[in-house]
Amino acid sequence: MRRILTSVVFALAIMAAPAVHAVQPDEIMADQAKEARARDLSRELRCMVCQNQSIDDSDAPLARDLRLLVRERIAAGDSDYQVIDFLVARYGQFVLLKPRFERETLLLWLLPPLVLFGGGLALWFQARRRDQRPAESTAALTPDEEVRLAALMSADAPRERP
Amino acid sequence: MIAESGHYALVLALGLALIQSVVPLIGARLRDPALMNVARSAALAQLLFAGASFAALVTLHVTSDFSVANVFENSHSLKPMIYKITGVWGNHEGSMLLWVSILALFGGLVAAFGNNLPLSLRARVLSVQAWIASAFYLFILITSNPFARLVDVPPEGRDLNPVLQDIGLAVHPPMLYLGYVGFSISFSFAIAALLEGRIDAAWARWVRPWTLMAWIFLTLGIAMGSYWAYYELGWGGWWFWDPVENASLMPWLAGTALLHSALVMEKRNALKVWTILLSILTFSLSLLGTFLVRSGVLTSVHAFATDPTRGVFILLILCAFIGGSLALFAGRASSLKQGGLFAPISREGALVLNNLFLTTACATVFVGTLYPLALEVLTGEKISVGAPFFNLTFGPLFVPLLIAVPFGPLLAWKRGDLVAAAQRLLAAGAVALTAMALVWAWARGGSALAPIAIGLGVFVIGGAVSDLVERTGLFRLPVVTAMHRGKGLPRATWGAAFAHAGLGVALIGIVYETTWNSEYIGTLHPGDVRGIAGYQLTFDGMTQRQGANFNELVSSFTVNLDGRKLGVMTPSKRSFTTRGMATTEAALMTRGVSQLYISLGEATADGGVAVRVYHKPLVLLIWFGPVLMALGGMLSLSDRRLRVGAPRPARSVRGLQAAE
Repeated sequence: MRRILTSVVFALAIMAAPAVHAVQPDEIMADQAKEARARDLSRELRCMVCQNQSIDDSDAPLARDLRLLVRERIAAGDSDYQVIDFLVARYGQFVLLKPRFERETLLLWLLPPLVLFGGGLALWFQARRRDQRPAESTAALTPDEEVRLAALMSADAPRERP
Repeated sequence: MIAESGHYALVLALGLALIQSVVPLIGARLRDPALMNVARSAALAQLLFAGASFAALVTLHVTSDFSVANVFENSHSLKPMIYKITGVWGNHEGSMLLWVSILALFGGLVAAFGNNLPLSLRARVLSVQAWIASAFYLFILITSNPFARLVDVPPEGRDLNPVLQDIGLAVHPPMLYLGYVGFSISFSFAIAALLEGRIDAAWARWVRPWTLMAWIFLTLGIAMGSYWAYYELGWGGWWFWDPVENASLMPWLAGTALLHSALVMEKRNALKVWTILLSILTFSLSLLGTFLVRSGVLTSVHAFATDPTRGVFILLILCAFIGGSLALFAGRASSLKQGGLFAPISREGALVLNNLFLTTACATVFVGTLYPLALEVLTGEKISVGAPFFNLTFGPLFVPLLIAVPFGPLLAWKRGDLVAAAQRLLAAGAVALTAMALVWAWARGGSALAPIAIGLGVFVIGGAVSDLVERTGLFRLPVVTAMHRGKGLPRATWGAAFAHAGLGVALIGIVYETTWNSEYIGTLHPGDVRGIAGYQLTFDGMTQRQGANFNELVSSFTVNLDGRKLGVMTPSKRSFTTRGMATTEAALMTRGVSQLYISLGEATADGGVAVRVYHKPLVLLIWFGPVLMALGGMLSLSDRRLRVGAPRPARSVRGLQAAE
């Protein structure tokens, strides 16, 4: 049932999409500092019925409700963390556009540094190994290919002259 | 008749592709030139039939033949002609037909211009191309026939999604596909090399122009898509880290890495195994992008397809090609001999570093895009990965890369001198520091990192200029000599400098716009005046207008700067009667490279209207950067050394010079 409801809301959201606005004039808080906080928080929160949109960008009615909720909590004196915690408690991790560093998201967060350091290490070992080993020669070209290669290479001779 | 002819042409193209998949391979095995040459004629004939099929669909759309389901669902007799044509690929079936047509085009180009390739290599390359083509012809014919007829012919069509009724649709998808599909050539070359079991520097020379061509199109395609989203979606964003965007960014990152590693292979005969792997990965990521967008796995503004049978079919194609090619790679890669030694501090070393960072960046986008899908499939748990994640992980990866960019071209092959390179970059560094200080002193508010990032952008541009100054001897030698040397520089050197400078330009635009944009959101009534970033906007009122297939409510704003009238901006809201949908058409006013941006919200009962006004400083640099990169790519492509099949004219040029 919830799935069906979600898809209906989703369909409506898409249809309404370009017609309405993201943050609407009547939502804006009088206190500029608090409004700025609300905007920053909104960019970190997902509109759950949209495709990868933050509630700050989205025009879906649900996004509006969430924006109002965020402002309500801020007006009530919550800190940024408390607002986020409140929303996660209500809607789950799905609401966060930047997942928390937890068991489920270990690979997500660690893969980029692993690739970088793993790649770096591999390169370092390869460079060391190459230092210790004499150069290997490549398979010889057939005479026919030698001629072709010479023809191709001669193409840059005049250009590369200093 | 036309629909059936188009359908039949597609079937014939499949038949030709199947022949092309098998016969040339047998020919290459038996060393039979006649069989190998089948590849050439089959590829050209395939291009003819795929082209005919595509032309048929265009004709059906242009003539509004609503007996064809595809035309009925995506066209309307009142739609302007340009959108009747672009509407051909503004839907799943048509865009897949465009995909295979471009694939056939590239196959045809290799067949037509690949005369300088060894016969067996050309036969194998075209065979591999035909494998891909066969798979996608089958996909279209079985699951997504664009020529299906309707039993009851409707009098009128359902019109194209209004968001797509824009000039962007004419440019963005074809460009993107030229890029995606263009990488199939380097893939086919890689597979052919693995099948041949031998690969050398000449191979890289043949592959580079094709990779470069694909890369240029992909760069422009992504930039164009980003600008389109910026002005069409109406909230002023230009990159959303949407999975569909990521799907195009991944092949771009891998393709950029491939361009650089192929350079090492061509010049120094090193990094062979890695270049082959990158060729495979780049096209695999293109296929993955096609799968993500076309299967409906992600549903977003871009994804129109939702039929699961299609998803499964593309997934099978994906697994077969990626799995097959990687298995072949695993089996054969060890037989490829590594050559060309180099010290860590060298041009090669710099290019390896470039590859390390680009690959990591690509892996970051990959994991961020697919992790939520994988987690949901495996555990049922739903998480979101969006812009804040990518900004935090992807952004920092580019910092060391950008610092290294100016050093690369200044290092010598084999063994470079880092200190000497740094000395040559002193001027660029000084300019960058000055820019940093100026921005820091001028800026009010915003992140403290922004001036540093802008300094980095200036450093990258300065580095590109320094490289050219160094090579031409400008300021050191007489101007005439420097100009002469500038003309004598290989076009590829100019190309690299332009492309690298483009990177710096884009960075400056991105940082500046993100940090110092201003925004006004509010409800305005006629006569109201609002100020933003020094400009005064007067809301003049609203008028109703009738378009070809829509009604339009146009609001008019007069823009003044210091009491001087600059012009009138007219954002509007269009409602499309056929689909009952509405779009916001933002109004843009360009001042130098900055823009004012107005988009409309709901009208209120008392005659007011909700508006969003943005001032976006230096925003156009975000797209000038990629354009500059593509320009650099074109310069490189025009380099005689890279021109496909151009050795003969080169020899005559040398003859002339010798006579001087």
